[in-house]
Amino acid sequence: MAEHRREGLVLSIAVGIVGLTFGVLANAAGLSLPQIIVMSALMFTGASQFAAVSVIDGGGSSYAAVGSAMLLAARNALYGPVVSRFFGASPLRRGLSAHFVIDETTAMASIQDDDETAANAFWWTALWLWSLWNIGSIGGALLGSLIGHPETYGLDAAFPAAFVALLVPHLRERPGRVAAIVGGGLAIAAVPISPAGVPLLVAALGVVPGWLLGRRQGVETAS
Amino acid sequence: MSWTAIWIMVAGAFGFKVFGVLGLSRLADGPGRSFQAITALIPAALFSAMVVVQTITTDDRLVLDARVWGVGAGIVAVWRRAPFMLVVVLTMAVTALVRWQTLV
Repeated sequence: MAEHRREGLVLSIAVGIVGLTFGVLANAAGLSLPQIIVMSALMFTGASQFAAVSVIDGGGSSYAAVGSAMLLAARNALYGPVVSRFFGASPLRRGLSAHFVIDETTAMASIQDDDETAANAFWWTALWLWSLWNIGSIGGALLGSLIGHPETYGLDAAFPAAFVALLVPHLRERPGRVAAIVGGGLAIAAVPISPAGVPLLVAALGVVPGWLLGRRQGVETAS
Repeated sequence: MSWTAIWIMVAGAFGFKVFGVLGLSRLADGPGRSFQAITALIPAALFSAMVVVQTITTDDRLVLDARVWGVGAGIVAVWRRAPFMLVVVLTMAVTALVRWQTLV
């Protein structure tokens, strides 16, 4: 199996295990199996799904659940420009492809060297991740409390570490390094003063100094 | 949770994704090349933020726990060019071990 597909599968397996825990939590929060299936299949954005059922589990209203879920879903819009060129020209096809634009698929596509491999990495990751996320969710909802806490297995640290590996290729040049440092710093600063999801949106501002630096370097090279 | 809330979330999540692919990306396809240069940096800024937030925060607080050790081990593995699978498994093992050690 090609390396980019294997990495996509590894990431998807980890996501599938997290899907189990989503199913367990959603079930405990009182969601029905059809509701859990609709969320994982059609909402298909893990952090938002967790946020929504956590709010309900904590006794919050449906409106509060929608609010926090949407704050976490907003960042997927920022990934659109990164991956949209892999979706062809037809607006319908582009619109349907958008369903699969999430952290993991964007990450796997964005670290490839050429567009063909990137598109391939995006779609294989999308296929595996969607399938395993849904199988996991349903499994968790049915098996319920048989599954322990994912923290016991260190699964909560697996994601940041996986994203370290997916971040490194973006740090080869200085604009990328500056965007990463400023983005990370802004996110940390925003965590204590904003609801979940917002720190990642604020982090996007890190692209500005990175871009300015890249432009200045470009000008210097040209002159 | 009500079905209404679920369908609103389904529509909203899809709406954000479509807005990115059809709306925001149109700017990138435009004549100015600066937008392309900006969007190319989005993964760097967001993935870095995701790593930091998921490693050292819980809810709205800074929390240093077993995750730091696990992700630290993961960073070393990435730096030593370990395969992706090893990075993930090593991180989980170290995090689980440190967490277990602090419990007993």
